[in-house]
Amino acid sequence: MAVGQNVLRKEGYEKLTGAARYIDDITLDGMLHGKTIRSSIPCGRIKSITFDPDYDWSRIVVADYRDIPGNNYVALIENDQPLLAETEIRHCEEPILLIAAESKHEAEVAARHIRIEYEESPPVLTIEEALEGDRIIYGSDNIFKSFLIARGDVDEGFKQAHTIVEGEYRVPHQEQLYIEPQGMIAIPGDNAMTVMGSMQCPYYIHKALKHVFNLSDEQVIVIQTTTGGGFGGKEEYPSVIAAHAALLAHKAGRPVKLVYDRAEDIAATPKRHPGIIRHRTGVTKEGQLVASEIDILFDGGAYVTLSPVVLSRGAIHALGPYRCDNVRITARAVATNTPPNGAFRGFGAPQVTFAYEMQMEKVAAKLILDSVTIRQINMLREGDITATGQRLNWSVGSEDVFNAVVDRKKFFEKRGNAADKSDLRGKLYGIGLSFFFHGAGFTGSGEAKMKAQAGIGITPEGRARVLSGSTEIGQGTRTIFSQIVADELGIGCDDVEVEEPDTSRVPDSGPTVASRTCMVVGRVVQLAAYEVKQKLLRFVAERYGDADVKLIEGRFDANGKELASFSEIARAYLDLRGELKAYASYANPPGIEWDDETYTGDAYPVFSWGAMVAEVEVDPVTWAVTVTKITTAQDIGRAINPVLAAGQIEGGTLQAVGYGVLEELVWNRGRIINNQLTNYIIPTSLDAPEIETIIIEKEYPHGPFGAKGVGELPMDGAAPAIALAVYDAVGHFVTEIPITPERLMVVAG
Amino acid sequence: MCIVSVISVISVAKNVCPNLVWSDLEAKKSMKLNFRVNGVEREIDAPPMKRLLDALREDLRLTGTKEGCGEGECGACSVIVDGEALNSCLAPVCQMQNANIITVEGLARDGKLDPLQQAFLECGAAQCGICTPGMLIAARALLDANRRPSRDEIKEAIAGNLCRCTGYVKIIDAIEQAASAA
Amino acid sequence: MSFSPSLGFAKLFLPSPSLLNFMALDSTAFSPTSLDEAYELLTRFVSQAKIIAGGTDLMVLMNARQLNAERFIDIWALNELRGISDEGETIRIGALTTYTQLIKSPLIQLHAPALAEASRTIGAIQIQNRGTIGGNIVNASPAGDSLPVLAAFDAEVEVGSVRGVRRIGFNEFYTGYRKTVMAADEIVLAVRAPKLKPGERSFFYKVGTRRAQAISKIVMAVKAKTTDGMINSINISLGSVAPTVIRAPQTESLLANATLNDEVIWQAATHLSKEVSPITDMRSTEHYRRKVARNALAKILSQMV
Repeated sequence: MAVGQNVLRKEGYEKLTGAARYIDDITLDGMLHGKTIRSSIPCGRIKSITFDPDYDWSRIVVADYRDIPGNNYVALIENDQPLLAETEIRHCEEPILLIAAESKHEAEVAARHIRIEYEESPPVLTIEEALEGDRIIYGSDNIFKSFLIARGDVDEGFKQAHTIVEGEYRVPHQEQLYIEPQGMIAIPGDNAMTVMGSMQCPYYIHKALKHVFNLSDEQVIVIQTTTGGGFGGKEEYPSVIAAHAALLAHKAGRPVKLVYDRAEDIAATPKRHPGIIRHRTGVTKEGQLVASEIDILFDGGAYVTLSPVVLSRGAIHALGPYRCDNVRITARAVATNTPPNGAFRGFGAPQVTFAYEMQMEKVAAKLILDSVTIRQINMLREGDITATGQRLNWSVGSEDVFNAVVDRKKFFEKRGNAADKSDLRGKLYGIGLSFFFHGAGFTGSGEAKMKAQAGIGITPEGRARVLSGSTEIGQGTRTIFSQIVADELGIGCDDVEVEEPDTSRVPDSGPTVASRTCMVVGRVVQLAAYEVKQKLLRFVAERYGDADVKLIEGRFDANGKELASFSEIARAYLDLRGELKAYASYANPPGIEWDDETYTGDAYPVFSWGAMVAEVEVDPVTWAVTVTKITTAQDIGRAINPVLAAGQIEGGTLQAVGYGVLEELVWNRGRIINNQLTNYIIPTSLDAPEIETIIIEKEYPHGPFGAKGVGELPMDGAAPAIALAVYDAVGHFVTEIPITPERLMVVAG
Repeated sequence: MCIVSVISVISVAKNVCPNLVWSDLEAKKSMKLNFRVNGVEREIDAPPMKRLLDALREDLRLTGTKEGCGEGECGACSVIVDGEALNSCLAPVCQMQNANIITVEGLARDGKLDPLQQAFLECGAAQCGICTPGMLIAARALLDANRRPSRDEIKEAIAGNLCRCTGYVKIIDAIEQAASAA
Repeated sequence: MSFSPSLGFAKLFLPSPSLLNFMALDSTAFSPTSLDEAYELLTRFVSQAKIIAGGTDLMVLMNARQLNAERFIDIWALNELRGISDEGETIRIGALTTYTQLIKSPLIQLHAPALAEASRTIGAIQIQNRGTIGGNIVNASPAGDSLPVLAAFDAEVEVGSVRGVRRIGFNEFYTGYRKTVMAADEIVLAVRAPKLKPGERSFFYKVGTRRAQAISKIVMAVKAKTTDGMINSINISLGSVAPTVIRAPQTESLLANATLNDEVIWQAATHLSKEVSPITDMRSTEHYRRKVARNALAKILSQMV
């Protein structure tokens, strides 16, 4: 069996020797270097664009919106984001012009000879300003999208409540900060366009390019190159860069490389949605939730992009992994004159998780209950019903993860052990916990509509080849797909190849997002492998009469007699019948129902579960929070590759530590001013806590070998666990992250 | 406002320096540089202020060394120069005359991975792989100077190399494993 | 939107042609092999050339396209500017001494331990291997981490030019934000730090944005001599709380000859928080910097009791 083994990373050798080619490592003959000219104002109109008459423009390719052969928008949900601004400017760093030159250097110099003049209008920069409605920048009320989730009778619930607790929580922007900046190379063809680069979702780009150039499916080819991290940041924005590079290439008739530097990448690309989340919770004297009213506000930025789906996930997760029969969740994403916010690991869930876990603690404190008891009382268990009315029928690891990390005795021994808080000499110690869940795959009817496809082909050497549009972005796609296929076919992992994601060669498996690659696409890959196996079994059976054919450990047996190896039979098949390929597509497990109108039903086929204990030290001199240790248990169904799965959990956890205590964008009139790694602070090795990971495997009957999603869950729990540890250490309840020393000093007086 | 005193005159420069012909240098936009990269003598002609990073990637096509920030923060461009790790995005090539440079491409020998690379592979220390070359270089420089580093020393040695995928846990494990195998 | 390529206002674009040529590939660098050659170059170009040493500050600006210079004088090969030597009462540190060399130097560890401590907090190892003390001094950032130590030690900067060598007291070296008393043709040769005298101790305290390779929000160095809890002398200096690295003369005199106890400590620390003049910027707030200046001094003083 390969599944469950720590099979070595499929592309590990290339990555370790420097041989792996990332987009900026690729140079093509005759390639030009592109640059994007962006707005310097958040809101207004372009008055004029002037090219320095003394500069030699004959060497420079310049493109603006008038050069777009098709539609001037980036195809996504609403198609409201222009590829290049025409006259109206809706956010700082909005792309206006594109230029290309023989060298990056020359493009830089040329850019300094372009002058854009604007007529500025007062911008809407915050959620509060958007809601005030003094200035309308979208629709009639600045609201991109709103949702309502209602269950039971909230008013009645509050009447039954012994205590009502209110809380307001604020969460910031966060930058994905993949270490490889975004980039693309476009290669123009005869009525065709090929784009390659750093990306999560080749078929998103494929669609965007078709709309921009009025090309057919076959005329556009998108190829993923080795991608240096994504975390959601390379979900939707690469479509913009790809179309920009392609537009320049189209105009120049030459390949064009467009690679961002770090400053541009941070300033212009999407961030995690900041938000304000308000809770009003009714509980019985014993601590049981009887009413919960939650209001979510996310700042979507200047265009709709992915905000509706981020908001939807936020709303569905807003109550947390808790039981409550009377729920009313309202959620709104508002428009502001800031760069559009978008996908980032967790996708709306980390925001609401911070809020519901802080609120849970607040409720506990009000009732004089402890952190553990309040959660145990209300925890969702198998058979329970979620806020959307989903009955949890399978793979519910809630108690398992909770019990794995929360040793009541040890927890309360450490709790409340903070030293004398007035003494500058000693560090203040604190411990906190969080409990959370994450729905894997697309929300609601998403997967049913998407019908993700994947295939298995047989190579001339008789090896299996995975055909999938799911990308390897560091999380291990190639390796786990190999493991799944190896076990389904009964062959070794080394006999499985994974095709490069290239839209001319792999089917649309849906985007590489939403913790869906293993659980959803992995399942489809497994089904396709099963199909291949059946074809080969039938082939062998036909050739050997109606023999009882089996495929065992990479060898075919007929009537108990060993015939030939998998690869021999596969080659024989190719010789006699030509090609061998099988495709499969995803369908939800039976009984999964979702109603988009009422927002009720099975929001996800299954949830992954997590619990976390964070330990912190607070320095009373500086108020700096150091996270010293994190212990976490996560139920992911089955770890196809435990080392890779633990790597996801550890990495996601540290990203969430950054979210909780370090990472903050500094804005000045709609513009990010700390768009450098010197000033946007992510954790170094010395900021990283010791992380103890416990993987819990409550198998999901409809996942590949029982696997559920793991990618995003680790991002959810750390911020509240840390904030609650800080509460334990300093006795002050922080309702806004990141808990920077400056913020904590103010809160703690 | 400031009291400044000339205490001593150590040397008075001559007006003519025979070694330098200024006007020649002025006109020249590039210079010949000789250095050794991964044990191989190389010669390039490059503008003196070109970054070592660009000289490696563009002139020598050694693209294993990566650029993550261009400001000496992420460490993806780390290389070893004369035994010490540095950020090649902050080093002008004019300072590399006769230097001995090691990049990630120089770690494996004859297709056999360096023990560090092997440990990174086994421990799962490389995910997206973009920080990996710089991380390996920082780790190599550490182990060359300190064969048995403590976990804390390892953390300090890689504090100039940002990784966004791993949470550093498996990177530290891998360096520890490579050290104990050596 | 209108395109108007014919407008003849080239001046609108950039104020001077030199700004266009700031990028690495257009610039020239001279690599003198002796100090005399360096002086000659400096005399020749005066303010038109920038000196580059380890490059850890300057190259950052250049990569960010914020550096306006066409000519560089690369002094990295000037070995005469390297080395740490014992000169009796003082330690002389060559301008090209790297932070790594400072950290490892037994002389520094013994006679100016705060300087080794400060060096350890600058950047990460890759930066420490390349960044130099001379560079930290001339870069003149108020956040330069070694600078408060030099200020607290009453160090002297040794500066040379074709006209000769002069020494400048470190506390007279800066005249304003990123401004020094150096003439355009001068180069820092070394810095001299008086050794700690018997009974003297030095302290270094940095509050950065994170635990490694952090720019300081506030940085403090103290050199003091105490006898039985009484302060005989004290020098307090701070970075990132004013346009330049500063000393805190009022707090120093408040503490001179004081006997340390909780009340005195708190009084002095509170005074310091008023004496400094920090600002709010992208890294921290004025409020925070004042409070932490207070806390840090209180912590340091309490270690002397």
